[in-house]
Amino acid sequence: MRALRWVLTTMVVAFIVAPLIIVAVVSINANRYMDFPPEGFSLHWYAELWNDTGWRDAITTSLSVALTSAALAVAIATPMAFVLRAYDIKLAPVIYALGILPFMLPPVISALGALVFWNSLGYSGRIENIIVSHAIFFSTLPLITVSLAMETMDPALPEAAQTLGANPRTSFRTITLPLLVPSMITGYAAAFVLSLNEYIIAFMVSRFSVVTLPIKIVNDLRYGFTPTIAAVAVVFILIATTTFTLFALFGNLLKFLGADPAILERER
Amino acid sequence: MSEIRRPTRGTWAVLAFPLAMLAIFFLAPFAIMVATSFYHRIEGGFYEPAFELASWERLLHGVFIERTLFSIGICLLAGAVCIVIAFPFTYFLTRMRRRSHVALLVLIMSALALSEVIVGFAWTVLLGRSAGISNILVWAGVMNEPAAYQPSFLAVLLGLCYIAFPYCILALYPQLTRLDPELTEAAQTMGASPWRTFWTVVVPIGRPIIMAGFLLAFVFTLGSYLIPAFLGRPEHWTLSVFISDQATFNANVPFAAAMALFLTVLSLGVVGVVTWFEGRTRGVA
Repeated sequence: MRALRWVLTTMVVAFIVAPLIIVAVVSINANRYMDFPPEGFSLHWYAELWNDTGWRDAITTSLSVALTSAALAVAIATPMAFVLRAYDIKLAPVIYALGILPFMLPPVISALGALVFWNSLGYSGRIENIIVSHAIFFSTLPLITVSLAMETMDPALPEAAQTLGANPRTSFRTITLPLLVPSMITGYAAAFVLSLNEYIIAFMVSRFSVVTLPIKIVNDLRYGFTPTIAAVAVVFILIATTTFTLFALFGNLLKFLGADPAILERER
Repeated sequence: MSEIRRPTRGTWAVLAFPLAMLAIFFLAPFAIMVATSFYHRIEGGFYEPAFELASWERLLHGVFIERTLFSIGICLLAGAVCIVIAFPFTYFLTRMRRRSHVALLVLIMSALALSEVIVGFAWTVLLGRSAGISNILVWAGVMNEPAAYQPSFLAVLLGLCYIAFPYCILALYPQLTRLDPELTEAAQTMGASPWRTFWTVVVPIGRPIIMAGFLLAFVFTLGSYLIPAFLGRPEHWTLSVFISDQATFNANVPFAAAMALFLTVLSLGVVGVVTWFEGRTRGVA
């Protein structure tokens, strides 16, 4: 069993890491064409990311889309999560399901829906269309994180505020909202990272006129490989690993992933 | 919150913004998509309002049925491979020391956050002829000349497993951390080998989450677009690829809408089954 455990863990780690390492090796190859072993070391392809206007524009577009759509996603999700947990609403399960649904369905369905929607309005190929579609699609993530925070919040706190004379509005603003902020930030971060990485919705909504980073990568790959693509991939990999390493160091990653509180006590 | 209040007019005012957003930008597009599936397609990329069943009839054609069965088949296979590896892996993971436990979770979450674009690209390189596995093997002297392993069925399957595997672990993780260590200790005190304990104690307890994780991986891979498009030939394309292809390059939006609605029904069916299994899990735990 111990041998099996070791073999399985090694295999899984190799499976996850192998494609990433190959990409990293290719990205520092001095040669323009992919080859192995690499011929010389060069950071030229990383500089290209910044110097080439095509790449720089794609990075700017993607960052604008991700920053705004994640904010809009939190703005959609937070009032829903709060009201559905704090008030006795008959339709609550239906409304919650409606909030979860876009994300549960394959993204191509949201993508096609957005395409026909903007076509029928005669307003297509704008960056704001991608922002709205991403906000709806990823609002599920802050909805989940804020709802979890509402569930674990001590109900005595807003009650105490109201006993002390605060009206519901004041108690929400001074007690509930500050307690929800961490879960709103987590939801924002998750929506931001996934929006940055999203391809199919952005592609079908943009109608070839707005180019986000994933769209740029796929477009370039159609004309063949450049090491710059590998460099972008490495940047993405680093962003993801850094985010979650920081999360593990300063936040409680295990709790966020739903670990049993008992296992968190087990200090080894 | 224990103090559950009755909704007032203000409550509905607070809900108005999210509900309006979802109604306008999710429900309305969906309704337009339903209508579009009955529209008439004009050669050259346009469509006009009409009521015809041409797009729906195409769903009954042999090619589409064959594509559907292929998509379901490869995604079920990917889901099965994922869960068979993810279940023992997550079980071991929850029993590791804190340091390796957290390190592995960071690795898995990072893989989960990666774009399908990046994953698809990384696997094309890894399985390709110029800087992939075969080049390493040639360099190490194991092989004589490099070979390309993509596009192929196996490449698509590996790619699908790569994107679904982290989600599978996330589905299993919360329950497996709650597995009482005393249960497995008791089995071993009674003389069962760790191997036997795993099969006779851990697997039966985990059966509902195994099923839920498997179905989640299935729905998730069904939604993958870039992996089959990058790593497969057209005969390895799944429904998601066909829908996007019909909507963009072939410009047959009504047919794409009909296929998308079919995919919606299929996914909702599976999600329904998952919810039912989760309800049962909660009953057990």
